Amino acid sequence: MAISKDTVKYVAHLARIELKPKELEKLSKQLQNILDFIDKLNKINIENIAPTSHILPINNVLREDIASGESLPIDKALMNAPERQAHFFVVPKVIE
Amino acid sequence: MAELNKLTAHELIEKLNNKEIVAEEILSALKKRIREVDSKVKAYVRLNKISEPANLRTKEQENKLKGIPVSIKDNICTDGLNTECCSKILEGFRPPYDATVIKRLRQAGAAILDAKTNMDEFAFGSSTENSFFGPTHNPWDLTCVPGGSSGGSAAAVSSDEAILALGSDTGGSIRQPAAFCGVVGLKPTYGRVSRFGLIAFASSLDQIGPITKDVQDCALLMNVISGYDPRDCTSVNIKVPDYTKSLVNDVKGIKIGIPKEYFIAGMDPEVKDILEEAINQLKGLGATYKEISLPHTEYAVAVYYIIATAEASSNLARFDGVQYGFRSQKSEVRSQNLIDMYKKTRGNGFGQEAKRRIILGTFVLSHGYYDAYYLRALKVRTLIKQDFDQTFKEFDCIITPTSPTPAFKIGEKIEDPLKMYLSDIYTISANLAGIPAISVPCGFTKKGLPVGLQILAKPFNEEMLFRLAYAYEQNTSWHKMKPKL
Repeated sequence: MAISKDTVKYVAHLARIELKPKELEKLSKQLQNILDFIDKLNKINIENIAPTSHILPINNVLREDIASGESLPIDKALMNAPERQAHFFVVPKVIE
Repeated sequence: MAELNKLTAHELIEKLNNKEIVAEEILSALKKRIREVDSKVKAYVRLNKISEPANLRTKEQENKLKGIPVSIKDNICTDGLNTECCSKILEGFRPPYDATVIKRLRQAGAAILDAKTNMDEFAFGSSTENSFFGPTHNPWDLTCVPGGSSGGSAAAVSSDEAILALGSDTGGSIRQPAAFCGVVGLKPTYGRVSRFGLIAFASSLDQIGPITKDVQDCALLMNVISGYDPRDCTSVNIKVPDYTKSLVNDVKGIKIGIPKEYFIAGMDPEVKDILEEAINQLKGLGATYKEISLPHTEYAVAVYYIIATAEASSNLARFDGVQYGFRSQKSEVRSQNLIDMYKKTRGNGFGQEAKRRIILGTFVLSHGYYDAYYLRALKVRTLIKQDFDQTFKEFDCIITPTSPTPAFKIGEKIEDPLKMYLSDIYTISANLAGIPAISVPCGFTKKGLPVGLQILAKPFNEEMLFRLAYAYEQNTSWHKMKPKL
């Protein structure tokens, strides 16, 4: 399957990654190589095969909806913040 | 007293029990060794932050590890100690909690070394060349890679800069560096060891595991870190046996399968010869072997690089400059909008391999491509697992080389991502199938580079791995050999 530079640019946008023009060029070639290699999977007959998204036979692991009593104090939760103000993480404006 | 860093944990525990030494002496010896050789090996990162002296747990409790230092890969969270996945985007990150394995280690009396071991950024790699801090060098040949992504842990154990170490394995990242560095590395069954506190790469493939000087130390460490954890909903509530009880020098009657697809034209001929010699040795000890087929082997790397990158693209979405780590243009925060900040932070903060994998992973999950790539890969994963299920009906274990080649030169494969990916060909299937696997040293090439033998067993049968690995080790001396540094 061919992947165009425009597609790579669009996917980078979806992944919220800014690529420099040289990076975009190099990456597009490398991704094309990788996708060409991956195309060998098209040779296999997968009719009636169930997908395995999780390898263990366990499902719907839930617990009681009770607070465990161990909460992270606010200061600890914010201690790695690149920018903070009071009890908030500060970020650039969200709304246009 | 001299050179305590050269001993194994079980030898040190004996000396501690006999009151010949105290734990502080082990830590001193280790730090001395690190000062002597780490400028050449570069197994550790952020070394100048090692504090003197470290806090040693001296309370008795169930003190199995008696203050023995354990070296931790940089993607496992340690409370108050920087954990950065060797990436620029997580610089300065200090976790406010311990991973479950760290908690268990502390409860068992281990001393957590306060410098982390080097790794490929976010575990993306097979050589430790993708680290933000630069590569680690193989102690057996400093111009060669130590393997990856747990290259720092494997190199440290190999060079006696560590007594015990933890790594993580998503596609071979414990086993391959263990093979390249001539040490023991084990990837547990998926769900055997808690992933709580392991910074996730691929949630359905990741496992934390031991990297050690010999099989007995590996069993010791597995006893401590294994077990059900309610904080990891993928951990399994199956009793942890005492793995040291499997350290029995007897393999009579064990049925070994040798997959023909793993002994192919492309592999290094020395690796092939060394493996055949090792298998014959096991036959001499009473095991039997037979050629088998794992027909979907050739698709494993392709399946992995769809599933793992897809999961990685999701797991790494959290690194966006908001809550921790690097943020682009912090001082101009009011002049940008949020999306711009995400893009610049991630574009600037992630290395090349991380960007490559995230974009590939995003692509295979995107509308229009999901069925052709991701869903198809999940179905082939089922076929790969079935190959193993079938084999384990008749055989107790499978033996393969850990890697098709010994350690390659630094810089040799870094420009060709696909070439790098193909070096995982023997280790990847175990992660896809969720089965346990161990690598033990089984020889050296003519150039003096270590070669590893990999043993695979069915889920939750680490005991079989220990039994076979121990018997092989006790009848050889590979584990006693040390690099000249």
